[in-house]
Amino acid sequence: MEASGTGIRRDKVINLINSVIEKVGAADEISREHIYAELKDLHDIIEATRNEINATRVTDISGTHIPTATDELDAVVAATEVATGTIMDACDAMTEYAEQLDSAHKDFMVMQVTKILEACSFQDITGQRITKVVRSLKTIDEKVSNLLQVLGDKLPAHTTATEAADERTGDARLLNGPQMADKAISQDEIDKLLEDLF
Amino acid sequence: MSVDKNMNVLIVDDYKTMLRIIGNLLKQLGFNNVDEATDGSMALEMFKNKNYGLVISDWNMEPMSGLDLLKQVRTLPANANVPFVMVTAESKTENVIAAKQAGVSNYIVKPFNAETLKTKLVSVLGDF
Repeated sequence: MEASGTGIRRDKVINLINSVIEKVGAADEISREHIYAELKDLHDIIEATRNEINATRVTDISGTHIPTATDELDAVVAATEVATGTIMDACDAMTEYAEQLDSAHKDFMVMQVTKILEACSFQDITGQRITKVVRSLKTIDEKVSNLLQVLGDKLPAHTTATEAADERTGDARLLNGPQMADKAISQDEIDKLLEDLF
Repeated sequence: MSVDKNMNVLIVDDYKTMLRIIGNLLKQLGFNNVDEATDGSMALEMFKNKNYGLVISDWNMEPMSGLDLLKQVRTLPANANVPFVMVTAESKTENVIAAKQAGVSNYIVKPFNAETLKTKLVSVLGDF
């Protein structure tokens, strides 16, 4: 529905412009009133479009949605850090308690505590992934803010989406955080790579 | 030659959780003289007061990364040859190559387990 309405409006604008050009070219025979009337129609369509953009509350994206999302994600990182700290405190207490047990029970307890400690590394990994998401959201925020500045005075002649270029240089380009499973290389592959190098 | 478990060990990571995990695992392995730093520049400062027998460092840290720390450590006259293990989530081929070119002793990708840590430490320090 929306796309169809936009298409009809675009056709109407094109027809109006063509009509105005035609009438200006033949100005002797067409009254100025006709040209003004069609320019007025064009003006009304542009105003209606601007009002519709305002009605979508696009400013909320930059002003509310993205800041909220980044705050929420920061909170996730903070909460998992606190929770992980608590889990590790419990691990320390269990390790200390295990010293009082006989050898077999102590070994079992230490082994299980080690597994819990290993699992706690999720906090580091998820923290880094969330940091990447927050960075992406902030980039979107900047783009939306720039667009809104343009729309403040007039509609842009055209907008094109472009992928943000990586402007980092040197070693900074190597910092990309945790890779998705299908792009990462395994510990075994790293070991082989290290053996093969030099 | 046996490994001196009383050696000074420096672990560097900007996540407290990871510092604590590695610290606890090292303790289980018998290493008790463990210092912590939260980025490369802090670690580098610590080298001014103490020599280390092992460095275990994250890569992605601010303001100084683990890679920069590694490069700096390799220029320190008294510590140029210290075993340096990178423990990081950076797992692209070019990362491993860059670390190797900078003189890394071994490379562990996160998440890892206690067995992997021990295996890598044995490979850089010798059996213990």
